[in-house]
Amino acid sequence: MNRILNKKYECMSRDGKFALQSERLIDVVQRVYNNVSWYRQKMDKAGVKPEDIKDIRDITKLPFTEKRDLRENYPFGSFATPNRDIVRVHASSGTSGKLTVVGYTKNDLESWAECCARGLYGVGVDEDSIIHIAYGYGLFTGGLGMHYGGEYLGATVVPVSSGNTPRQLMLLEDFKADTICCTPSYAIFLAEEAKKAEKDPKKLSLKYGFFGAEPWTDAMRKRIENAYSIKAYDIYGLSEITGPGVATECFFQCGSHIQDDMFYPEIVDPENGNQLPAETQGELVFTTLLKEGMPLIRYRTKDVCALIDKPCECGRTSVRLRKITGRYDDMIIVKGVNVFPSQIETALLNCDERVTPNFRVILDRVNNLDIMDIEIELATGVAFDEVREIEKLTAKVVNRISSEIGVASNIKLVSSGKLLTKEGEKIKRVIDNRK
Amino acid sequence: MLVNQIAVFLENRSGRICEFAKVLKDANINIQTMNIADTAEYGILRAITSDNVKAIQVLKENGFNTASTDLIGFKVADKPGEMYKVLQMFEDENINISYLYSYAEIGSKQACILLKVDCPDTAIQLLQKNNVESI
Repeated sequence: MNRILNKKYECMSRDGKFALQSERLIDVVQRVYNNVSWYRQKMDKAGVKPEDIKDIRDITKLPFTEKRDLRENYPFGSFATPNRDIVRVHASSGTSGKLTVVGYTKNDLESWAECCARGLYGVGVDEDSIIHIAYGYGLFTGGLGMHYGGEYLGATVVPVSSGNTPRQLMLLEDFKADTICCTPSYAIFLAEEAKKAEKDPKKLSLKYGFFGAEPWTDAMRKRIENAYSIKAYDIYGLSEITGPGVATECFFQCGSHIQDDMFYPEIVDPENGNQLPAETQGELVFTTLLKEGMPLIRYRTKDVCALIDKPCECGRTSVRLRKITGRYDDMIIVKGVNVFPSQIETALLNCDERVTPNFRVILDRVNNLDIMDIEIELATGVAFDEVREIEKLTAKVVNRISSEIGVASNIKLVSSGKLLTKEGEKIKRVIDNRK
Repeated sequence: MLVNQIAVFLENRSGRICEFAKVLKDANINIQTMNIADTAEYGILRAITSDNVKAIQVLKENGFNTASTDLIGFKVADKPGEMYKVLQMFEDENINISYLYSYAEIGSKQACILLKVDCPDTAIQLLQKNNVESI
């Protein structure tokens, strides 16, 4: 089903959007300049004053914000409103050190709920729906973000949170949710667990799935859609900007529509920060146009992506995100070649049904040469009684991966479930022992 | 004539065989014979147990990738040249053997031979025709 929750903003004319974004940018720059001392210093250093921002095109004059800035001003140093206006905090765990903390005002929570609601409603979720939320609840934004999005629509929200897979399956069967929200890797794990318990995921009442918090591929989408007999939509977000719902796919599944009345997207060259045109791959950068608690100007997401500027069949005029290809954080350089773990995932999803996309890269340096080992989980129920069958499969996987990434690797198959540390949590994809 | 075998995929790492043995012990399953084919990276542990159906179930529950295969089993007298006679029959008929293992109880006058071939039906007919004692 294709429908639109907030036609005024989602289908606004390009001129109207330009005026709205310009007005909101001018306002947010003023607020940040006046209330966030470290960003004011950045602007002063760059020689730019709030008055220099006259419309949205002037955004390139503004300095970037990086995760490091947020860490250095831990915990509340990036808030632009007094504490009495902050009603909630979330935080994301970085790969190292301190958390990145985000503060929300009442209005921020309301806007965020609407972002998630726009995405859910757009494909068919509404007050008659039952939404099973298996994202983690807590400091992580996934659970509560989708929770309030569901409530905003008046749907019945089942706040299961992550973990305890047998209970998740029981609740899905008993409550008959039509919508599920979780990470794509957990969706695959859950389907595998259901099959182990001799339950057919297709027999659940699910119709829609919203999957995000980690990059995933179209091949993975097909796998999920076939396993559950559902439509699987990509939902994008990050806590620094608000949480899930910054962009969500519409019925036509051709890129995620950015709620660009609230978040202004840019793609920049990760090396020099220059803005890149639509359809060109680079680093995704967001400016929050409406946020009060912790507005961010030109925040470098480290996500590798391209923007689609063409109108969409669904009727929305918003700019779309192409599927996130990976993260500059995750990019590894092996024998001088740039490799994104997501490329390995793509290769595995298009290779052989006996292997899963659950993998781990282990990098070593022997005699000054990079050695890349990839551990890959076997699919549940796959087994061998002859060594040559394993060797044949390994050779097939090696070929598929090297044609995708352009560099040789050693493949090591491992038992099913070996690489999932905790249910539904992100897998640590790369272990680099070269340092 | 056909003997069911379980085959377990093992990563080549310390403690893995012990984990396998513990799963079967906890399910009160006896291992009648087992052997391991190993490479640098993996091992395939092949075994025949007192209850293969249950063994596969508990191994899968404990995260072992486990296959079930039917092997050809026959008995020969436990003395020089007896196994050779049967293998020569296979050779004459161009039956290729993927793998083979044997076991003999101490003091028993017979040895059991288990093998996997690429054309089991022909092999079985051949054994029957030549009155080889099946398991």
